[in-house]
Amino acid sequence: MKCEDVSRELIAYLDGRVNESERRKVEGHLASCPACRTRAEEMRKVSMLLGEVPAIEPSFAFDARVRQRVAAEPQRSWFWRLVPAPRPAFAVALLIALTVLVAKLPSKPAPAPTIANASAQVQEEDFNAIKNLGVLENYDALTKFDQMTETAAATPSVQPDGKPQQNDESND
Amino acid sequence: MARTDVELMLDVKAGDDSSFDFLLQKYRSPLVNFLHRMVRDTATAEDLAQEVFLRVYRARKQYTPSAKFTTWLFRIATNLALNSVRDNRYAKLAVPLDAPADEDAAPMELPAPVMRIDEHMIERDRAEFIRRAIASLPEKQRAAVLLHKYEEMDYGEIAKILDCSESALKSLLFRAYESLRVQLAPLVSQPVEQRAGERRPS
Repeated sequence: MKCEDVSRELIAYLDGRVNESERRKVEGHLASCPACRTRAEEMRKVSMLLGEVPAIEPSFAFDARVRQRVAAEPQRSWFWRLVPAPRPAFAVALLIALTVLVAKLPSKPAPAPTIANASAQVQEEDFNAIKNLGVLENYDALTKFDQMTETAAATPSVQPDGKPQQNDESND
Repeated sequence: MARTDVELMLDVKAGDDSSFDFLLQKYRSPLVNFLHRMVRDTATAEDLAQEVFLRVYRARKQYTPSAKFTTWLFRIATNLALNSVRDNRYAKLAVPLDAPADEDAAPMELPAPVMRIDEHMIERDRAEFIRRAIASLPEKQRAAVLLHKYEEMDYGEIAKILDCSESALKSLLFRAYESLRVQLAPLVSQPVEQRAGERRPS
């Protein structure tokens, strides 16, 4: 055993809190090392010196002050008495239970997608009808609608050589 | 058959205030002495000891006997003492920045770390010299020595109170006793028989 090893176990040795094997090792080293032996003896004396310090007595008012402060502690309301301890754990458990409860509640059913699409289509048709209302109420436009369509179809297209193409049907 | 501390505390938890009174009677003196040796001031020690009991009372509903009652009690006391010592040390060192400069005032003097033994023996008695040696230890070493020497706790319990391993505690205790050996060298070098003859009645 080295001096450092003895230092680590010296207080426990002086307290008598080492096992038989450790005690023999420490004593073996102390027998062969005068420096450690002196240190051990002086530490034993230090321990005795500490025992010479007299204890003090608490003042007469000490107990009364403690009781006074305990009595001044605010009493919990009836609500908090009902809440079981430990309160943080109870709060967490309550929160989890509420979350699960809310998650299991039946939610409002969403409208079926087909109905939604049909509704949107009807709305779009109504909008177009209103948009073209001016045209539909114009008598001339309605009577000449077929001719206008044919005219648009008979518009001459430009040939690759730059000359307008003759529409044979228009000459009929 | 006497009830154990844990049984008493469980009775306090159940609403029996007489059990709290019993614990108060049992631990008032050890706590006040421990705190007095930690903070070196009787009034502060009593205030802190009251605070310890108050905290025990406040925590009664949450009390679970997972550790020894004394471990819990002295852990509260040690933390309060360490905070008090640190606060007090900083309060003493603090000098307001807007304080008027007094050129005639004597410069601030810090206490000498080691005073001559003859000065001590003339002005102070032997017990005071030993108290000062204990007070000169770093706070954690001091707490370790007090719990070890005066409360006679085992290493496991002290380690839990100081929140360190048993191995670290042994090292802490060795350093503390080594410092005390140096501080108390003039007394240590005297033969025990001679010292015993010199002891004053307390």
